[in-house]
Amino acid sequence: MVEMVSRPYASAFEKFAAGNPDILCLSADLTSSCEIDGFRDRHPDQFVSLGMAEQNMMSFAGGLGLAGFRPFIHTFGVFMYRRPYDQLMASIAYPRRKVRLMGFLPGVTTPGGMTHQSIEDISVMRSIPNMTILETGDATEVESICEAADSIDGPVWCRVLRGSVPRLFDTPIKVGEMRELSQGDDILVVTSGICTEEAMRARAALAAAGLSIRHLHLHTIKPFDAKALLDHIGSVKHGVVTLENHVTEGGIGSLVAETMADAGIGKRLIRLGLKDTYAHGGSRPYLMRYYGLDALALVRGIEDLMGECYNITEDDLAEARFDDVHSLVKAEAL
Amino acid sequence: MQNQKTTEDVALGIRRRVFEHAMRNNGGYLSQACSAAEQLAWLYNEELKLGDPTLPMIPKPFEGVPSPSNPDYHTGAGYNGPVEPQFDRLFIAPAHYALVAYATLIEVGRMAPEGLEMFNQDGSSVEMIGAEHSPGMEVHNGTLGIGLSTAAGLAYGRRRCGDKGRTWVFMSDGEVQEGQTWEAVQACAHHGIDTVMAIMDVNDQQCDGAMSSVMEVGDIKTKFENFGAACIEIDGHDLSAIRDAARTSHVGKPLIILARTNPFHTMSILEERFPRLHYVRFKSEDERTRFNTSIAADLGVDPIDYAH
Repeated sequence: MVEMVSRPYASAFEKFAAGNPDILCLSADLTSSCEIDGFRDRHPDQFVSLGMAEQNMMSFAGGLGLAGFRPFIHTFGVFMYRRPYDQLMASIAYPRRKVRLMGFLPGVTTPGGMTHQSIEDISVMRSIPNMTILETGDATEVESICEAADSIDGPVWCRVLRGSVPRLFDTPIKVGEMRELSQGDDILVVTSGICTEEAMRARAALAAAGLSIRHLHLHTIKPFDAKALLDHIGSVKHGVVTLENHVTEGGIGSLVAETMADAGIGKRLIRLGLKDTYAHGGSRPYLMRYYGLDALALVRGIEDLMGECYNITEDDLAEARFDDVHSLVKAEAL
Repeated sequence: MQNQKTTEDVALGIRRRVFEHAMRNNGGYLSQACSAAEQLAWLYNEELKLGDPTLPMIPKPFEGVPSPSNPDYHTGAGYNGPVEPQFDRLFIAPAHYALVAYATLIEVGRMAPEGLEMFNQDGSSVEMIGAEHSPGMEVHNGTLGIGLSTAAGLAYGRRRCGDKGRTWVFMSDGEVQEGQTWEAVQACAHHGIDTVMAIMDVNDQQCDGAMSSVMEVGDIKTKFENFGAACIEIDGHDLSAIRDAARTSHVGKPLIILARTNPFHTMSILEERFPRLHYVRFKSEDERTRFNTSIAADLGVDPIDYAH
């Protein structure tokens, strides 16, 4: 039974930031939704409310960076790049300000629908010079995201999980590395964020089908250790499957594809994720099933790669966790 | 640095340099020199507390953009002196005024005249739209409307550090069409950031023409006040009025000085080109000659021998 951790960001951020005079906590009217309400109440001197005005917030953060501060911006990820993209570019990314962009509700982790779901943020951030990208996949990574992000000499985009988060790993994020979760030699599975837990759910069923899976989890998406990935690809016989909580264009599927193409690797690649589509509002398990981001979608992708059917059904997969949409650990149902 | 000239002389010098440059290059940002010369001359010659320049009088060529592989990167802020707690900072929010700002640096002895010869030349740091690395610039402001927000963040941070220096912004009136400008004012007011000071060149012009024809902005003084700024409106060609305006009390609020200006001030022939004044390129040799003769007379200099 997987351990569930309640609001890991809340305590991790407070532990990391409280009392550090160089760190400021910025919020755009989503303070409890981003689990920094306790920090606001206990450390008001380090808390800067900038209201529902993200364009100003991004340039303001750039100005704080120019003054020598390291602002941690908290809002839903989608609100940090779509509207204020110009400000993100000119005021933060270009001048390499040490701004830590804490983007909550990555991908389909919200029932808020298109306006709340950041489904192409990694694609956008990967194409921004000077940007570092980190993504959390469990409670331990959420607990270590502040320290990891703050170790970077420049801006950092973080996909942060909130609420009730499973603990899958026992070591913190080490920027630039990747986690090797299993060491098979048939197929390489590469996942990030919440999709890693999905791949782990399929592990036993795939093993029972006689497949040897090598599984990598990416928390650092940029910069990326291409050589390490190529070594793993060289260790499997059949090919690679990627699964991500993001559109398949520009995310980790593209990252793997580019790495393979650059090195002239002739193996097959199946990229799973949102296939050139927006999502709509609904629960996370429903959306992951509907859009093909879950354990069963990974099994089907592997079957596609192998050209075989293993007769694996939902019943063969480890049980999916089903969070109550109206959970007490979330400020609202979003 | 000691003032070498009167502010009136600096303003005249700015216009002469921009005029000469525009004639030699068959066009330029002439109207911005007409409207803004007093404001920039006053900022640099009187109001700003700045240290001596830290960068060479003749600008270095472009040395690359900020990146982890460019550790020696620096901005052009060194022309305004070192970054120190007691000194003021200045952002030229509409980076399209760069030509006028560079001319100002020359007139106040912070850049050599050779710097203007590098304007908009390939490989030069003296860029047409002022870049972070251009003389006198510290941030990119070519995307209009972000300057005041950056100043607000810098000023907030400097206040936390106990800095005495102020953060000045030279603004343009077209920026009030951008929502971000209003977000910045409300943020300054909410956080009581009164070390932000702005002087806005209200010349009623923008790229497409007269602002009233492009997007009417109404009574911007009242709007600024309602968003929480202290705002005063003056004749932007009257230096004593500018001096008085800067002394306006604005405790807990940013101060925004609306400098009402004439986009043909001291170059009356420019009115022929109204309402397309943003960038004046001469359409014929005849027009270039007539402008050369007329503006030279207005500015008290000989026509520019631009053939050589």
